[in-house]
Amino acid sequence: MTAETAQTAGTAQTAGSAGTAARARSDAAGALIEARDVTLAFGPTPALRGASVTVRAGEILAVMGPSGSGKSTLLHCLAGILLPDSGEILLDGRRVDTMRENARSALRRDRFGFVFQFGQLVPELSAEENVALPLLLRGIPRAEALARARTWFTRLELGATRTRRCGELSGGQAQRVALARALVARPQVLFADEPTGALDSLTGEHVMDLLVAAAREQGTTVILVTHEPRVAAYADREIIVRDGTVTSYDLAPVPPAPVAS
Amino acid sequence: MALLGLLEREPSHGYDLKRDYDAYFGRGKPLPFGQVYATLGRLARDGKVLVGEAEPGAGPDRKRYVITEQGVSEVEAWLHEPVAPEPHLQTVLFVKVVLALMSGRSAEGYLDRQRAAHLQRMRELTALKRTGGLVDALLADHGLFHLEADLRWLELTAARLDALAAAVRA
Ligand SMILES: Nc1ncnc2c1ncn2[C@@H]1O[C@H](COP(=O)(O)OP(=O)(O)OP(=O)(O)O)[C@@H](O)[C@H]1O
Ligand SMILES: [Mg+2]
Repeated sequence: MTAETAQTAGTAQTAGSAGTAARARSDAAGALIEARDVTLAFGPTPALRGASVTVRAGEILAVMGPSGSGKSTLLHCLAGILLPDSGEILLDGRRVDTMRENARSALRRDRFGFVFQFGQLVPELSAEENVALPLLLRGIPRAEALARARTWFTRLELGATRTRRCGELSGGQAQRVALARALVARPQVLFADEPTGALDSLTGEHVMDLLVAAAREQGTTVILVTHEPRVAAYADREIIVRDGTVTSYDLAPVPPAPVAS
Repeated sequence: MALLGLLEREPSHGYDLKRDYDAYFGRGKPLPFGQVYATLGRLARDGKVLVGEAEPGAGPDRKRYVITEQGVSEVEAWLHEPVAPEPHLQTVLFVKVVLALMSGRSAEGYLDRQRAAHLQRMRELTALKRTGGLVDALLADHGLFHLEADLRWLELTAARLDALAAAVRA
């Protein structure tokens, strides 16, 4: 067990291998993250009106729906970034929405990874420093953090960009760097909001291929907002957000959650 | 099935059914009268329609057809069921949506189920693409692009259902 998974487990439970235990337990229960009847309004604008969803451990879930329907808002609620006006958010059966802000930010830092459509990399830093950032924030020594960041550059076919400043990268390169940064700390959950939105379809598919492969290998649960059916087709199942409520379809049997190595 | 669906609105003569079929679904290829009566005859034999008394003036065209309970259930089941997702089925999708709206049903549920069936097929093709060779990938992509086109149409239609309902019920 590496230093930061121990740290993750520390936030979650008491014993040394609690992270694994938490994963196994949520597998058995089926639900890793849950939103129960969540409402949220921005001033007079209702964004969520009674949204409920269950995200199973290890699954890749696509969140689809029209523009303005509340997809990003739902994602931010599930990640404990936004607090609902009413309803509950649960992670491993524990309320997230009632946690104090510092506990929620610890959760985001230690157990979650994020990929957004734009503006997520620090343009002045090199690509590898950007990827190493989540590890540095967890207190991992710089040399080790950079070494671990570097392993992602071969894997994502980004070798040539490693030492370049992120401000100079193309959209597709930047998106892969962002993906590496989101996954480098082996998060339990990856939140991705239109991660391929700025990419052409071939590059977008390449990014999705890498995302799915990495998530499966690490046992990472993925919540993926997208309006592109071809991107959603990489997920195990989809939910649709309409007018702030969620419709889910379980036509497809969900494959068993892969075991983290 | 389209004829049975049209008949569900009200008892009609064969001629009226043909005229409405041609107007909504014919797309420049009118349905031959012979086929209309052959279909109605088969539906009558199967207990899905009742043939009324020939009205004065006689001739096959003077009979009124009425849908039976069994016929209604059949239409109901057909409209409910998503079509196996294959490329080029826009016309079937279209007929289902229009008939559902004409008969005052909500087409939303059907559109949702069809959408889910399409995405499920897209997942299968994507899995094939990820595990297979380049030839598999290209074939899968061909299917994926067609299914995506259907899906976009389904989404657009779902967004315009109210307007479409007003148009076909007018
Ligand atoms: N910070 C904000 N302040 C005010 N209103 C907001 C804010 N964020 C979202 N909204 C409103 O909440 C609703 C839901 O927005 P949200 O961003 O969740 O939609 P979305 O489904 O992600 O759309 P898109 O596909 O366009 O990204 C919209 O009506 C939006 O205008
Ligand atoms: Mg959004």
